[in-house]
Amino acid sequence: MSTSAVGVREEERAPGFWGSTNGKKAVMAVTGAILFIFVIGHLAGNLQVFEGPAKLNAYGKLLHTLGELLWPVRIVLLLCVTLHITATVQLALLKKRARPVGYSAKKAIASSYSSRTMYWSGPIVLAFVIFHLLHLTAGYYHPGAAFIEGDVYHNVVSGFQVWWVSVWYIFSVILLGLHLRHGIWSMFQSLGMNHPRHTPILKSTAWVVAVTIVLGYISIPISVMLGVVK
Amino acid sequence: MKLTLKIWRQTGRKDKGRFVSYAMDDVNAEMSMLECLDVLNESLIERGEEPVAFEHDCREGICGSCGFMINGIPHGPLPATTVCQLTMRHFKDGEELVIEPWRAAAFPAVKDLVVDRRSFDRIIAAGGYISVSTGNAPDGNAILVSKDTSDRAMDAAACIGCGACVAACPNASSALFTGAKIAHLSILPQGAPERDGRALNMVAQMNAEGFGGCTNIGECTGACPKEIQLEVIATMNRDFIRGSWKRRDQEVRTVKPMTEWSTGSKLKIDPHATS
Ligand code: HEM
Ligand code: SF4
Ligand code: FES
Repeated sequence: MSTSAVGVREEERAPGFWGSTNGKKAVMAVTGAILFIFVIGHLAGNLQVFEGPAKLNAYGKLLHTLGELLWPVRIVLLLCVTLHITATVQLALLKKRARPVGYSAKKAIASSYSSRTMYWSGPIVLAFVIFHLLHLTAGYYHPGAAFIEGDVYHNVVSGFQVWWVSVWYIFSVILLGLHLRHGIWSMFQSLGMNHPRHTPILKSTAWVVAVTIVLGYISIPISVMLGVVK
Repeated sequence: MKLTLKIWRQTGRKDKGRFVSYAMDDVNAEMSMLECLDVLNESLIERGEEPVAFEHDCREGICGSCGFMINGIPHGPLPATTVCQLTMRHFKDGEELVIEPWRAAAFPAVKDLVVDRRSFDRIIAAGGYISVSTGNAPDGNAILVSKDTSDRAMDAAACIGCGACVAACPNASSALFTGAKIAHLSILPQGAPERDGRALNMVAQMNAEGFGGCTNIGECTGACPKEIQLEVIATMNRDFIRGSWKRRDQEVRTVKPMTEWSTGSKLKIDPHATS
């Protein structure tokens, strides 16, 4: 039996950048990085809640007076989310096709919890973002107290006084932290920036940044629930 | 020592396959995993049963022929060790070993523990080479390579193409293998001229084979008997992005995966028959 024949010389045109798994990952990395920058900027803005109503409301107003800039930024973010999720869905479908028969026993020996749960943490963060936009941006759904357009401070504080809103928020932010704990390191890898010397530094930086982001965000609902911010 | 081997049995591609348990009462702790299967197979032959099919060649951890899952880990629990080098003393007396083949769409089943890994050959054929002029041997040291660079290239070149990385990957991605086959050339000056086209072609073929996408999880490195590092995947990604950006190459084309076996004969022989 000859095993030398390995391919049929019926050549096919290769798919392009987006059509390849590596290209999709590069897109995920770039869009993820943009979203990550937004997450940091958003945190910096939000922490002004500790400086009182005047400061936070002025900040909210500032964002809205940016006018022409607000929508371009929103569109870029929306585009990033769309691309990020499209790649997620396509890679998830490919993942299913790539191993039609599963293992009866399979052990994880070298991967982190956060890396194995990217396909869970991502979609839950998405569900949270939709809720969050309806809750604090549009005011479409704001249990506990009336949503007052323009009074950001009131909306945030009265929003988080509803216990389950705070719990849901904290839970989702922790998942975002898990997502970033792997994602911050992974995006460098996807874009081809990796070196034996830098990898450990990058991985520990990802940890520190993810924990900082989580602590920063959850400090707000926790302070509201403890009555520190009211 | 006593062991129970729960082994995946599958007569061919059309068979669904099932686990069969074999009790072994007298396993020599100094035998390798493959020798243990040899002993089992002899007893099966004596009983008139079909022996367990598995691949092997060098039995010294360098050819990449052997490999299967033991209790959910490719090549078994010992790091940096192929199953041919894995001795039975690493298992506990009375343990049950669940033994099953690599599972991936790009590695179609052949028989029992044997899978078809020709997808790897096609990926290498797509660009895993450098072009050199024939004629006299080139002068030694005409191209200077630093120790650090040559070490990194040698580390990537250690890949034996066993497929454990694909088996270990939750996405069934072959990024570690393809990365190693790209990196060991692209790190060196000799590999530089074809660098832009190489990754484009090899990645295209990898995608044509139906492997999953890499999510940088790192299970592959943990399972790899040659401890190939994740950096090779970054090198692949960098070369792929660079090549796509420059668009230096003509059209990138892939070869259609061949899943049949050539019998080399004009007689009508069932291509799925394995013996
Ligand atoms: C604030 C929102 C988000 C940020 C900052 C973010 C950030 C990132 C980053 C930096 C990566 C690494 C990219 C790479 O490895 O190349 C990543 C990967 C990933 N993201 Fe997100 N992401 C966000 C939202 C989402 C959402 C809404 C989903 C799903 C619906 C999602 C699904 C995924 C998945 C599945 C991966 C894994 C991809 C992989 O590792 O191959 N992400 N994300
Ligand atoms: S990278 Fe390691 S696990 Fe993968 S084929 Fe090469 S030697 Fe085997
Ligand atoms: S038989 Fe050659 S590596 Fe195991």
